[in-house]
Amino acid sequence: MKALDRKVWRDLWRMKGQVFAITLVVMSGVATFVMFITTMHSLDLTRNRFYLDYNFADAFVSLKRAPESLKDKIKDVAGVNQVETRVSAYVKLDVRGFSEPVTGHIISVPDDGQSLVNRIYMRKGRLADPAKDNEVVISETFAHAHGFNLGDPLAAVINGKWKKLTITGIALSPEFVLVMRPFAMSPDFKRYGILWMSRKAISKAYNMEGAFNDVVLTLYPGTKVNDVLRELDNIVDRYGGFGAFARKDQISHRLLNEEFNMLRNMARIFPTIFICVAAFLLNVVMSRTVNTQREQIAALKAFGYDNTAIVIHYGKLVVLIISSGLLLGIAVGIWLGQILGGIYMEIYRFPDLAFILKPWVIVTAIMISILSAMAGTVHSLWRSAKQPPAEAMRPEPPAKYRVSLLEKAGIGPWLTQPSRIIVRNIGRKPIRTFLSIIGIAVACATMISSGFFKDSVDHMVNVQFVLSQKEDMAVGFTEPTSYRALYELKEMEGVHYAETFRTVPVRLKFGRSSYKTVINGIEPDSRLHPLLDTNLKPVTLPQEGIVLNDYLGKMLGVKAGDMLTVEALEGSKAIRQVQVIALVRLYLGVMGYMDLKALNRLMREGDAVSGIYLTADERYQDKLYRSFVNMPRVSGTIVRKNEISNFYDVQAKGMLFFTFIATLMAGSISIGVVYNNARIALSERSRELSSLRVLGYTRGEISYILLGELALIALTAIPPGFLIGYGLCAYITEILQSDLFRIPLVIELKTYSMAAAVVLVSASVSGLIVRRKLDHLDLVEVLKTRE
Amino acid sequence: MTAQRNPSNNPENVVFQVRDLAKIYDMGEVKVHALRGANLELFSKELIVLLGPSGSGKSTLLNILGGLDTATSGFVSYRGRNLTSATEAELTEYRRFHVGFVFQFYNLIPSLTALENVSVVTEIAGNPMKPEDALALVGLTERLDHFPAQLSGGEQQRVAIARAISKNPEVLLCDEPTGALDSQTGVVVLEALERVNRELNTATAIITHNVDIAAMADRVIHLSNGRISEVTANKVRKSPREIKW
Repeated sequence: MKALDRKVWRDLWRMKGQVFAITLVVMSGVATFVMFITTMHSLDLTRNRFYLDYNFADAFVSLKRAPESLKDKIKDVAGVNQVETRVSAYVKLDVRGFSEPVTGHIISVPDDGQSLVNRIYMRKGRLADPAKDNEVVISETFAHAHGFNLGDPLAAVINGKWKKLTITGIALSPEFVLVMRPFAMSPDFKRYGILWMSRKAISKAYNMEGAFNDVVLTLYPGTKVNDVLRELDNIVDRYGGFGAFARKDQISHRLLNEEFNMLRNMARIFPTIFICVAAFLLNVVMSRTVNTQREQIAALKAFGYDNTAIVIHYGKLVVLIISSGLLLGIAVGIWLGQILGGIYMEIYRFPDLAFILKPWVIVTAIMISILSAMAGTVHSLWRSAKQPPAEAMRPEPPAKYRVSLLEKAGIGPWLTQPSRIIVRNIGRKPIRTFLSIIGIAVACATMISSGFFKDSVDHMVNVQFVLSQKEDMAVGFTEPTSYRALYELKEMEGVHYAETFRTVPVRLKFGRSSYKTVINGIEPDSRLHPLLDTNLKPVTLPQEGIVLNDYLGKMLGVKAGDMLTVEALEGSKAIRQVQVIALVRLYLGVMGYMDLKALNRLMREGDAVSGIYLTADERYQDKLYRSFVNMPRVSGTIVRKNEISNFYDVQAKGMLFFTFIATLMAGSISIGVVYNNARIALSERSRELSSLRVLGYTRGEISYILLGELALIALTAIPPGFLIGYGLCAYITEILQSDLFRIPLVIELKTYSMAAAVVLVSASVSGLIVRRKLDHLDLVEVLKTRE
Repeated sequence: MTAQRNPSNNPENVVFQVRDLAKIYDMGEVKVHALRGANLELFSKELIVLLGPSGSGKSTLLNILGGLDTATSGFVSYRGRNLTSATEAELTEYRRFHVGFVFQFYNLIPSLTALENVSVVTEIAGNPMKPEDALALVGLTERLDHFPAQLSGGEQQRVAIARAISKNPEVLLCDEPTGALDSQTGVVVLEALERVNRELNTATAIITHNVDIAAMADRVIHLSNGRISEVTANKVRKSPREIKW
């Protein structure tokens, strides 16, 4: 080994404290980068592969009933590739030992078992035998939620009749990657499941032999989907079509898309923030580190090493210093990526997660780290190299100091000499001080930017599920029902209060944009379901016209006053014009809202209601569930407290884990930055402090000089850290708007406190470590050498 | 020319007593014997010069006397106080109140002015002089508010001397105080040391490997190979002005 290379290793060993801190920073930055991007890539690949392998449909349409012969007509539509007709129905299920109402969505599987489109992936067991009418395959999330296994029984109310079914298989489908009840706020794996039955069995139960009520189809590449949809609507219109829609509006796909978009945005924001922060810190750290070697550089040059050799020498040092962080970061990133992928797989069901690590991710992480470290190094090397070696080796002239502004401002006379040293040191290198402060501030800000998600989600849940949903349960009817149903339900034992609602599935059109959603009809002055905007103000629904969620308004491009085309997708299938009265800002969902009476007027359906919100005595709830299961007109019941827990357990779980990891990483960056700051300060100042020790200053007194300065910097960094953090959060919430939810900018005091605490605790711990080092300063050594 | 300030052998005048002092630096495989049993007394008001080639043990001796280092074996006392068994805190206290140091590389605090560099010591000392007076003693009245960067090497060293004497120490220990200076500036610094010794009666030990400087001492302690090889007394102390190198 050449002498210079040996020096590299020795320096590395000597600097181990600093190396550790830098490793922490690089590791966290790289790990976050790798984790987020790799998770994104893996999920994307997994989804695409599943869609392709299991032939996910491009277009969908449901209808009342059509003869099988219509299939050929659909097939003839230009651009249509494969067509599959199905029979589908929503049923009430009775799960043994589970009193709450459960809804099942039954879909037929061709009797030969060979679906063309939306093929199902059998995780376990086999398809239902067409020769038997009581066999069923169920979706995996539902099976897991209830611990179902092959051969287990399941009771269902099929077309009004009780039927005992047997589970023969557990399956997944590209159509139900995310299993979610249409228009629900969040997925509920316990109370909603997909069931696949043989076409023969289900046709018989619903008198659908030789007929169908659901079509899925694939298109040839390059086909204009909208043309096909229009054509489809024309064909199925007289068979009670509910409106054809493309893959992009399919619920599982759409939510998946939204989630992926959000993930993609987060995977863009967080790694960028983290790697930039790490790069910035690395730059600062390396330049200070090289500065402490100024004299050695001069000596090397005096021996005849040229600048290139010196740059290469320090380049090696830099690469070695950051390589442990890089390697660890990549390993930890992959590991976390797999965990995160696993969490998403609990919610989004794919046959298996295709974990992919694209080389460019690694290369980018390496390049960013090395380049930013080298940039800091070369800059300092350049400064050292400019000086003739003899000059650099001569006793360095004392650094230039001035009386600080603070002293000029009049506090001078009150300062002791040690305090004066602190103040002047900070004042002498304002840029370095500024960078140290910014470094710690940014580290603090990253903690806030990831930690605030929990606050936002809590706030959103509180507004959406607590303040604006006061009912205990929402009972849905199979079809729009007369208002009189309200009195019937009110009479039931245990019901305290009830209120009606109307939900109409619609397609909203404005200009060239259209969106499939629902209009919620709400009773005026609703006590149970007030519509609250993001300022928590109740939205008063106008007597006429519609109020849209602002996100939906933006998607459609409408503003208040515009006329919107509403195409009902049920009942009369009325197409009406309605005026947009206002856009309101809501956290969840993408829907329209109308006064219940106004909605019914629009639909010209009299006093129809879709369901009832009710509050009930806790003691009677089980009994009420039971009654609803037995009421043929009731299609399902949504229990509010389940919605809240589902929101946390399912919808927000991935995001919260994601941000939890980001917070951990941000925390370790903070620790790394603060500790490193302390270590460099120690190496820069040890001579001066030793001199003071020689003059009779105690350990405590000299510690005050160094630690006082560090404390001052750490404390000063916290307010700008809060500010930067707030800015980052505002930026993130702006970017993460989606169909699923608008993340509110809510940062709780505890998130700020946590960020500040991490900075302060790491400052204290670093201070203790540095203090220990100060206790072991070599007083003799410092007198022999000059700076 | 100054008359020799006769150090009487009266035990009351003994500042330092050194007996069989040894210092071994354990460098892993190798043991370096920096001192191999030195015996010495230093009396109050006396100015001694420790002379010897590098590696002879003079710095080690001075560092032990100043409470910066501890001996491996042997005994050192300061005014009857045993330094050999002193704790870290006792040594700090000893340095704080009794010893003044002057170093080859000045070791000033760059962020403090000349006056403040002296105040650094007077603020913590027991019976200090006024920093201004200390600086006046070394002829720096005009430069009180200058930062080290604004002072020449000689001036910086004189600030260091002012800092060392400002606590009214019993002893002044100087390790190559002129080592980083040219001879002209060196003379000015030596004059300052001589004046302090003469006017304040501070026992002073100066390390040098410059034989000519030895002429200004009361006694010259020659060290070689970790032992005191010879002690010579100057009948007459030369004034620094008369010294040339």
